[in-house]
Formats: sequence, C-alpha cells, structure tokens
Amino acid sequence: MALKDSSEAIFSESPGKIALRILRKDKRAKISLSILGVIIFMSFMAPVYSHYVADSNPFESSLNATINVHGVEKPVLEPSTTGLGLGVTPIGPTWNPRSYFLGADGQGRDVMARLLYGGRSTLLIGTTAGLLCILFSLLIGIVAGYRRGWVDAVLSRILDIIWAFPVYLLAISLSVVLLTSGLTIGFIHLGPGSFALPILIIGVVYIPYVARPIRAQVLALREREFVRAAIGTGAKTSTIIFREILPNVMPSVVVFIPIIVSLSMLTESALSFLSIGVQPPAASWGTIINDGLALLYTRPMVGLAPGIMIVLTAAALNLYGDAVRDALDPKSRARGD
Amino acid sequence: MHRHTKVLSSVMGVAALLVSALVGTSSASAASGALAPYDAKHAGGTVTLVAQAAAGTLDPKVNYTAEYWQLYQATYDGLLTFSYGTGATTFQVVPDLAEALPTSSNGGKTLTFKLRTGIKFSDGKPVTVADVKASFERIFKVSSPTAGSFYNGIVGADVCLKTPTTCKLDKGVVVNAATNSVVINLVAADETILSKLAVPHAVINPASAPSKDAGTTIIPTTGAYMYKSYDPNKSLVMVRNPYYKEWSHAAQPQGYPDQILYKFGITPTAQVTAVENNQANWAYDPIPADRLNEIGTKYASQVHVNPLTAMWYLPMNVNIAPFNNLKARQAVNYAIDRAAMVKIFGGTQLAGPVCSFLPPNFPGHVDYCGYTKGATPAKPATAWAAPDLALAKSLVKASGTAGQAVGIVVSDDDVNKQMGVYLQSVLTSIGYKATVKPISGNIQFTYIQNSKNKVQISVTQWYQDYPAASDFLDVLLGCASFTPNSDSSINMSGYCNKALDAKMATAKTLGLTDPAAANKMWGAIDQQVMADAPVAVVFTPKQLDFISSGSKNYLFSLQYKMFVDQLQVK
Repeated sequence: MALKDSSEAIFSESPGKIALRILRKDKRAKISLSILGVIIFMSFMAPVYSHYVADSNPFESSLNATINVHGVEKPVLEPSTTGLGLGVTPIGPTWNPRSYFLGADGQGRDVMARLLYGGRSTLLIGTTAGLLCILFSLLIGIVAGYRRGWVDAVLSRILDIIWAFPVYLLAISLSVVLLTSGLTIGFIHLGPGSFALPILIIGVVYIPYVARPIRAQVLALREREFVRAAIGTGAKTSTIIFREILPNVMPSVVVFIPIIVSLSMLTESALSFLSIGVQPPAASWGTIINDGLALLYTRPMVGLAPGIMIVLTAAALNLYGDAVRDALDPKSRARGD
Repeated sequence: MHRHTKVLSSVMGVAALLVSALVGTSSASAASGALAPYDAKHAGGTVTLVAQAAAGTLDPKVNYTAEYWQLYQATYDGLLTFSYGTGATTFQVVPDLAEALPTSSNGGKTLTFKLRTGIKFSDGKPVTVADVKASFERIFKVSSPTAGSFYNGIVGADVCLKTPTTCKLDKGVVVNAATNSVVINLVAADETILSKLAVPHAVINPASAPSKDAGTTIIPTTGAYMYKSYDPNKSLVMVRNPYYKEWSHAAQPQGYPDQILYKFGITPTAQVTAVENNQANWAYDPIPADRLNEIGTKYASQVHVNPLTAMWYLPMNVNIAPFNNLKARQAVNYAIDRAAMVKIFGGTQLAGPVCSFLPPNFPGHVDYCGYTKGATPAKPATAWAAPDLALAKSLVKASGTAGQAVGIVVSDDDVNKQMGVYLQSVLTSIGYKATVKPISGNIQFTYIQNSKNKVQISVTQWYQDYPAASDFLDVLLGCASFTPNSDSSINMSGYCNKALDAKMATAKTLGLTDPAAANKMWGAIDQQVMADAPVAVVFTPKQLDFISSGSKNYLFSLQYKMFVDQLQVK
C-alpha cells in the first residue's frame, strides 16, 4: 500500500519537485548546505566584523600598530629580541575576536578580517564565473546541437580550440596579458584590478567542459519523438527550445552548477595565489595563502586558515553536487541510492 | 708625472676615505686588511653554493649581476682589479694583469700599462697585448651594458658605440708586443677610470672570444679557477685552472676549494635548510623573512652581516602625472615611513632608513634628511625620524593631483611585493588611487627603465659598481643616463637638470686634483637633487651571509661580497 502511495505521489509530481523533495531529505545536502550557509554568512558579514568587532582596516598596512595582549602593549610586528635580533615576526593568533583573532600578516593586517573579505571575493568570483560559464555553455550547446550543420561545426571547433589548452595554462596566460592593461570591448573597459576580469577569464576557460556535454544531449534530444513531433507540427524554434529541449537539459545543467562553481572558485584561488587574480590590497583566499607562504615557518595560520576555508567550501559544493545529481537521476532513485 | 700622482691619489683618496668611513678604522688597520698568506693545509674539497636561479649569460663583458660578478673575481682578470682582503682594502684598486698601476700623462688622458708576462689562459694560450686590445674592442662588440657609460671616454669609443660590430680602438688602445705595453688614450681625464678598468666588464679575454654575447659558452679564464660546465637550469661548475700560477696575492690569490659547485633551482627556504644541514656552504638569495629569527638564534655563529654601499629607492617619473609635479614627489618623500619599510626588509639589523641619495659612509655622503617630520629640504634634519603624513596630504592637495591613479611597479618576489603593498596603502592614504603592479623580477628592472611603459613609481635597488659618488648621482640621475623609450635607461625618473649636470661634470673634474673638495661638492649636489625629489630614497641594506658550520675563512669584499674561492671546507 505504501509503495502504491509512493508511486502515485511520484507520478503526480513534476521531476523537479520530486528532486527537491528527495534533496530535502538528503543528509549530504543538509550538511553541505549548512557548511556553505555558514561560510557565506560569515563572508558577507566581513564589513561588520572588521568595523564593529575587530575595529581594523584589513586593506591598510599597519606596520607600526600595537595591541594590548593580557594587559601588555605589544607591537603587531615584533622585532626579534633573541640571538642576533634578525627578522620581524607578525603577531600570532590571539583567539580574541576583538583583536587579531588569527594573528597578523606581513603588513600588520588582521588575518581574520582579511579571511572574511577574502571569502567574499572568492565566493563572488567563483559563483559569478561559474554561472557565467553555465549560461554561455547552455547557449552554445543548444544552438550547436539544435542547428547542427555549419553552425555546429564552427562552434564545436571554437570549443575544441579552447579545450586544446590546459585550463590553468589558458587562465594564467589570459590573466597575465589582461592584468597589465585591462580589457576593452567597445565602450566597456575592465580595469586591471577589476573583479570582472577573473570572472570573465574563469568563465570562458570552463565553457567547453559544460557546452560539449550539453551539445551532445541536445543532438540526442533533437532525434527524440516528441521533438520531431513538435517540429512536424510547425512549432517555432524558440518554442521547441524553451518547451521541449531546455526542460530536458536542465537537470544536467543543475548538476553542473555546484561542480563548476567549485572549480571556478579553486581556479580563482590559484590565480590569486599566483598574483594574477585578485589584486592587492583586495583579498581573496588565494592571495592570503600567498601572503602566508612567506610566513609558513613562523605564522602558519596565515596560510592555513584560507586553505581550510577553500577545502571546506569545495568539499561542500562537491557533496551538494553529488546530492543534486542523485536527486535528479531516476536510475539512482530506482537503485535506492 | 706630477699629474699622474694626482690621478692615482684621487683613487687612493677615495679608498682612504672608505677605510675610515666604512669600517671605522685607521689607514694603518686598513693595511692589515690584506689577505692572509695561503695555507695549503686547508686546500681541497668542494664548495657548494645554492641559488634560486642562474644569472643568465656567463660572459663577463655582458653579465651585470652581483651573482656572477662575485665569481668573476676568482676566474677572470683585468689590467687592474679590486683587492682581495678584508674591510676597506677590498675597495682598493690594485694591478692585476698589469705589472703596476698605470703611469699617467697628457693631463690624465693617457694611461700606460705594462702587461705581465708568463700568464696563460685556461686553454694554455699565453695572454698577449693583442688579447688586451681585442678585449677592449669586445666591450663594444658585445654591447656591454656599461660600454656607453664606463668606457665611452676611450678614444674611438664614440664610433664603436655607433657601429659595434666593426669596432676598432686603434687610437684608443695602443699596444706594443715588443715592449708588452698597453696605452689607453682617453678623450678627457676621468677620476674614476681606474675603478672602471677594475670591474669585470674590462677583464681580458682571448682575442678569439666570440664577438657576440657568449651566453653559456665558456670563455677561457686567467684566474685561479676556470668554468668546467654551465647549465643555467641546473648548475655551474668551477674547477682549478691548470695553467694558473699566483702572480699577485692581492689581485688573484690561490683559492682553497678544488671545485666550486653552484646549484640552481633551489628555493630560498630550501637554501637555508641546505646550509643548516651542511648540504650547501652558502645561500645566494636573501634569507626568507620567516627564517631570519631562526638563523639569528640557532645559527648565530654562522651568520655574517656586513654593510653595503647600496640603497633601496623609489624612482618617480618626473615627466608624467602625477609626479611631474614637485609637490607630489615631495609628498611621497614625506609620507613614506622608512622604518616600516625597514621592518618589511627584515628589521633594523639588516637595514637603516635614509633620505640622502649617497649611502652613509660613501664618498660625498652628508648626514641630512629634508623629508622627515619637522624638516624641509631647505632646513634639513641630520637623520630621518618619522613620516609627516599631514604635510604629505596637504602637499598632494596643493599640487592638485589628489585622486589621480598611480601604478606602483614592483618585482614579484615577496619582499618587493610587500613594499609595493605598503606603498599602495600610503599613497591611498595621502589621496591617490594607487594600485600595485607586481611583475616578474626577470623583467621588472628593464621594464621600469623604459619610458614607453609609462611607469609612474617603482621600487628598485642600486648597488655600487665602484666607490665614487658619480656612480650614484651621475649614473642614476644624470641627463645622459636617460634614453627615452629604451630598456637601458638607468635614469628611471627621466630627471634631467642641466644646471646640476654641469655641477656634476665640475665635481668629476675637481676629483682629479682635489678629491676632498670634489666629495664636498657631490654632497651639495646630493641635497640639491633631493630638493627636486625625483626619487624617494628609503633605506640602505646590509648583506647577510649564512654559511654552513663546515665552512671556514669567511671573507667579505665590499666590492663583490663573499670571496667564494677563499672559503675553506677542509
């Protein structure tokens, strides 16, 4: 009886609603969304933390700043007083949210405040680049797959050319070139320090990885009876695409979203780590790891903290992607995964 | 002859000044800075040096890096060279392949040398006067970086500079094989010519050496060591020159190790670890900031800190906005916290803040600072004390340049990048829209020289070529050093003050007869230049050498840093 109810329920609901219902019950989705929620909330509260809690400007060098630790006034950058007195070491984590919770970096800036601001940059660039990539991929995949012929040939060769370059090599090359003078397209000018540059670069380099599977799916869908029937009845192309093709491609696209966002975020961090992504004094998790590299022996937390954030965010996105895929995949539902 | 004595005394005068200035010793103790006699029982073994990257071409007439100039001391020889030894002795010019310092005539315009006999290149061929003439012509044929600045005073050099491939110095370098004499004719007397003849670009190569940059091809040497192999991606190997026999203990002494192995591709932090573990004897690159405290406490006995006649400074392009405005340039000078930048460099043990263009304890240096709190260029303080942000902000406002975009071009290594980030913060605080542009260290130095790149402000360093004020003021800020749209325009600010240029020419001439008066004049020129503020001088660095516990006989040259061939590993 329960089985019959369940079957009835399934047949009375749209695939999207079924997937959503399954997703709501999925523990992986709950855990990953919780992690992502906390990280996003913390990152977007960066100005509040910086201004009202830590009372520090994370974009301004504070090489001569001092802080009070347990009643003792100490310089944020401490000159060595032992041995030959060589070197200056930034203060380590105080674990006091009001004062250098995770310590200071080489410029005497609050690492915690920069970590939160860095999260904003990384999440913003990763998400926007990922969505931009999906949007363009969808457009290219559908046009190429549905039109076929020379349109498909031209678009596919363009994708092949982009695909021929290793992702990071292409992203690094584009970044190095565009970071020097920015990018001007008609009346639009993107300055060298603009976030739009890494968004565009990352969005472009991943297009073939999404557009090609979509094109293949559209090619297959175009031969399916319901599409042929729609064409046979003289339906407009736009109607066929929006009513017949797109709804059938969307489950794949939805599965791609967390994966591509995660990859975009990692690429942004890598580019910023290499100093060709987010430009100083702005922060991203990649730039903070770069800052931390020079302090690995004395203040490992500077590099470790953003690394942990990247791992957590990427893992949560991938876990959520798995949950979405399983929720949208009838085969896995039938298997009872 | 009287004139000759004067010419030589000017050089010796410079050295004498440095004796007392740099090491604070008397001339008597300077004499004690001579190299100790060779101790054969410590000979043998391999000295291993480590660096992140090779320094490019091995050609001594082309390479212009401290990394390889340090090695040339033990391999190549010129007619003259800077002495081995310790302290200020290492700034003394001594005869090398020449038997003695030159005799001077014709008002200092003719220098006559006698070439030593019996010296052979590492391929067994004898060194002849023909090699000497060919070597001077080769300076121009290979377009040596200093051809136009150091050797342009040789008669015929002007033609060689225009048509390098067919360079002939028949009137400029006259040789006589019968008497083994070499006569160098100059267009005008030059107070620093002996120093210029002592640097690696003037070494003697075989006449058969290629007429273009030899790159990785090994040119036979005359010194105690020769190059066995060179792979810029892997290593450089130096071994004993089988044809070498010591002719001057001060100029080219016998070395201790049998082999000197220079390994490349090792990160600075791995270099420190290698030296700590006795896997390498010395690390070339600056010690990473987060290892300084460690080596300063755990390995203090293996650390050597020495003064350098060098500076870190910020050239500002006086030909484009906003720094074509004097007040804007002065604002930067007032705003920068030199003590903060010293912190980034590693602390007060490794650098000292300065405002003057000539480094402390350098000929002509005057203790003054016109850009510190409470001082002005007209009423300078004796030393930098603190930045004056309020004055800097008001100067920016008065200049009408507030709100303008400023790009700070820095090398992409950690220290330079940190300097850039700090400057970005300072320039933003005084009213500019500043951005940092880190670019590869391989190209940054030439990029910031080219006016075509419209660099507004940059971070760079200058280490002396030879101990004379002209090597800073004339070379870096003289009108002749600015070549628009060229990668080889060392006057990065594009600053040209004809009146000061004339004063520099007078100071150079005065230096031939009265070095003390000339240095006083250089000091005054320094203050006048800094009143125009084409640059902001930040600090004078010190050289930190970290050697392994198994390395002995560390000797430091003020000219070329550590003598690698004098290091003992046995």
